[in-house]
Amino acid sequence: MTDVRKRALVAGAGAAAAVAALGLSGCGKKEEPVAKAPPAPPKPDPLKAAWVYVGPVGDAGWTFAHDQGRKAVEKEFGDRVQTSFVEKVPEGADAERVIRDLATQGNKIIFATSFGFMEPMLKVAGEFPQVKFEHATGYKTADNMRIYDAKFFEDAYLAGVIAGAMTKSNTLGFVGSFPIPEVLRNINAYTLGAQSVNPKIRTRVVWVNTWFDPPKEAEAAQSLINAGADVLLQNTDSTAVLQTAEKNGKYAFGWDSDMSAFAPKAHLASCIVDWSNYYKKAIKDVMDGTWKVERTVWGVKEGQNALVKVSEVVPAEIRAQVDKLSAGLKDGSFAVFTGPVMDSAGKERLPKGEVASQEWRDKVDFYVRGVEGRIPAGK
Amino acid sequence: MNEVALLLAATIASGTPLALAGLGLLLNERAGVLNLGAEGMMLVAAIAGFATAFATGSDMLAFAAGAAAGGGMALVFGVLVIGLNTNQYATGLALSIFGGGFSAFVGAGYVGQRLSDRAQWALPLLSDIPVLGPALFRQHPLAWIALLLCVAIALMLYRTRAGLILRAIGESPESAHALGYPVRTLRLLAVVAGGALCGLAGAFLSVVYAPMWVEGLVAGRGWIALALTAFATWRPARVLLGAYLFGGLTMVQFWMQTAGVPIASYWLAMLPYVATIVVLAVISRNPTWIRLNMPASLGKAYHPGH
Repeated sequence: MTDVRKRALVAGAGAAAAVAALGLSGCGKKEEPVAKAPPAPPKPDPLKAAWVYVGPVGDAGWTFAHDQGRKAVEKEFGDRVQTSFVEKVPEGADAERVIRDLATQGNKIIFATSFGFMEPMLKVAGEFPQVKFEHATGYKTADNMRIYDAKFFEDAYLAGVIAGAMTKSNTLGFVGSFPIPEVLRNINAYTLGAQSVNPKIRTRVVWVNTWFDPPKEAEAAQSLINAGADVLLQNTDSTAVLQTAEKNGKYAFGWDSDMSAFAPKAHLASCIVDWSNYYKKAIKDVMDGTWKVERTVWGVKEGQNALVKVSEVVPAEIRAQVDKLSAGLKDGSFAVFTGPVMDSAGKERLPKGEVASQEWRDKVDFYVRGVEGRIPAGK
Repeated sequence: MNEVALLLAATIASGTPLALAGLGLLLNERAGVLNLGAEGMMLVAAIAGFATAFATGSDMLAFAAGAAAGGGMALVFGVLVIGLNTNQYATGLALSIFGGGFSAFVGAGYVGQRLSDRAQWALPLLSDIPVLGPALFRQHPLAWIALLLCVAIALMLYRTRAGLILRAIGESPESAHALGYPVRTLRLLAVVAGGALCGLAGAFLSVVYAPMWVEGLVAGRGWIALALTAFATWRPARVLLGAYLFGGLTMVQFWMQTAGVPIASYWLAMLPYVATIVVLAVISRNPTWIRLNMPASLGKAYHPGH
């Protein structure tokens, strides 16, 4: 309800016509003003595409990155595409309603950008066979629903290389959201990256059991610093960890988007994700009629992940090393999870010389050697 | 030893907003008014404080704005429940829900903004004492103000005439009215003062503690403060103890994680809630004691002349 009220207020500040339009479309939908071209009926109708976001577009993180991708689509296709988005959609019953609304409104392709949108989207996909559905970070597909993801662990590994060189205490810290394979992969990649330049590395992990709670993230970061960690990475979405590091004179990384402005001294680099290439491809697939159900996981190679804004304080040879590894990821000569990978109990999880498969990566449920503590689990 | 000092310092910082809000709510409730709008008042105050700090760079102005915002919302609440005799529970809940939505709307443009560098607070000489120095004397002044406030409120309640009157209107507004005290005006004053303290707590969160603004930044601390006042049987010192206990256990559970204590983090996350309730329930378990301290007319509207 708040959202409806909020949108109504926003619209009230704008033109009266906009109010009417918004009122009709309802449910907090925000139309992106497409370049107001004079009415030209002979032209084919633009392809309508919609995005469903879990957070606000101004979160400087996850949702912001997706919205940058949407804007890139607009830029690329101009008036051949008409995009819209709905932000701050809670994962649950509301998501289904929003996705169904968007499908009813004539969108030909809909992107849902949070894991918890998987079941609602699957349900709606069954009702609208002519609409294409795209779900980020999930694992279920349908005849008209496919999935896409990014390789954040590649970013995390590169960040680890820098962390391993910058730490004085040989102790890294990681603020984890939930102990799921995605996050465990990042913790492991961060640690492996650091160990590649500094074998003495230990990583301490604190779980906050939330994706986004800045005061809690800050407290977790502080406790890691108190425990001796001096270079932090997080798998949560706010800038709190970075800012806590700044306050304590330690180092940390930006996550999801370029966060260098939030902590000029503490910021070593930002692990970013750029969805624009995938979104352009997906739109093009629909336009060309080549859309087919598949799973797309892109990383540094496809320009979807990158470590950017590496700080001046990072030694030149380490920057060169990061560049070399990035190049290796691009040409396929280097993979983050290459055997031997040992877990923290000393068991071999990936034999020597073997490169981890997608399936292996999907099922990571252990810490690599050097990560301290145990994974919280119901088991 | 250093680790203990850091844990202690984090405990005090984490407990301060709870203590401020809890003391404010205690004032309300001692006067017989239950304001469930604490969460909403803190949220609106948090964005008011953040916006002010962002625009002016002054913490003092930010705290003033936060207290004013909290006090202003409490005034609306007070006029409704005291002047118009609306139901206190429903009105308070409405205030919380309104505050959540309103702060998100007003604060949309401030998400992801960064305040300029904060001053580090340290008392000269004292802050260099080993262990205690970093723990106690590098706190933001508001942490000290919360302590002093607790002492002041305790003295006021139990040692002054004003405190006696405040308690009287919470216990028996009819008697207070018969004695010639303006019950409704005094209740309104207590409500606004309580709201201002909640506002201060909200501004502390967004300007000093986080320091940033996001929707729902307060994350339930208003509700915890409300629970603290009841579990502390409306005694200022116990509110303070409860606030530090909760803050401390929040930090301890992170510390236990970094120390590799083999307990699932989900259990650790419950620790502050469970332990605070247990401790306060145990020290306040005497039913006579609770009845003695609980303001007899808490949550009840008072109509003079009825």
